Amino acid sequence: MTSLSAKDKNTVKAFWAKVAGKEEQIGCDAVSRMLTVYPQTKTYFSHWKDLSPGSAPVRKHGATVMAAVTDAVSKIDDLTGGLLSLSELHAFTLRVDPANFKVLAHNLLVVLATVFPNDFTPEVHVAMDKFLAAVARALSEKYR
Amino acid sequence: MVKWTELERSTVKAIWEKVDIDDIGPQIWARVLIVYPWTERYFGSFGDLFTITAILKNDKVAAHGKVVLKALDKAVNNMDNMKRTYADLSQLHFQKLEVDPDSFRLLADCITITIACKLKSALSPQSQAIWQKFLYAVVDAMSSQYR
Repeated sequence: MTSLSAKDKNTVKAFWAKVAGKEEQIGCDAVSRMLTVYPQTKTYFSHWKDLSPGSAPVRKHGATVMAAVTDAVSKIDDLTGGLLSLSELHAFTLRVDPANFKVLAHNLLVVLATVFPNDFTPEVHVAMDKFLAAVARALSEKYR
Repeated sequence: MVKWTELERSTVKAIWEKVDIDDIGPQIWARVLIVYPWTERYFGSFGDLFTITAILKNDKVAAHGKVVLKALDKAVNNMDNMKRTYADLSQLHFQKLEVDPDSFRLLADCITITIACKLKSALSPQSQAIWQKFLYAVVDAMSSQYR
């Protein structure tokens, strides 16, 4: 897969600026959808008391994920370097199968489409899809 | 054969009722070509697909979007019989059109996202799960003659 062009990066940064203030709602919805639509992802969260959409642990995790994506946007020029410790966390501690990064990305895109139906144009969609794929690659760096 | 509950049948139909083929078909098809540009390999006869603007204005892209959604209508009305409903179309896409069946998955995801833009929060997580189960059954049926 290709790396992000200058246009991609600008598109991502401009679109992500609109997310400000809605991170909790978006993160919660994305994680809720991931667990509902792809039940195999529940296997990583058996330590949660409640895996239902919108539950407290789901909301909290959504916020965590969104903060990380916002951070990744700020480090868009060097995702591998910027996400190094997160990659180590996912590789050595959490050991999440990297296939799931694509699953979460898809659900995040669906939520962005519902929240920003007019702004989530095909142009923004492709830039965000490429960006999330690049984030996934950076997160997978330390796996092997 | 995929089993459908009453809730799943009614959810799929309820979502489909909100889809205006003439409006959404072109949007979905443009999205596929823009987000996954390698799919353009099948559309050499469509003329100018070189820029996003060109794709969005292209009449053949719009027309093809409507054709594909009309075919999806068949699945909504034949949920218990998808493999048989799509046997000929699957054969066509394999033998004659030589389409990589992975493209059907990419199309399915673009359909979901375009519908998400239209329905917004009315596409609940549960509805999305049911809708994707439906679309992946269509993808399976369309891939069934690839052997």
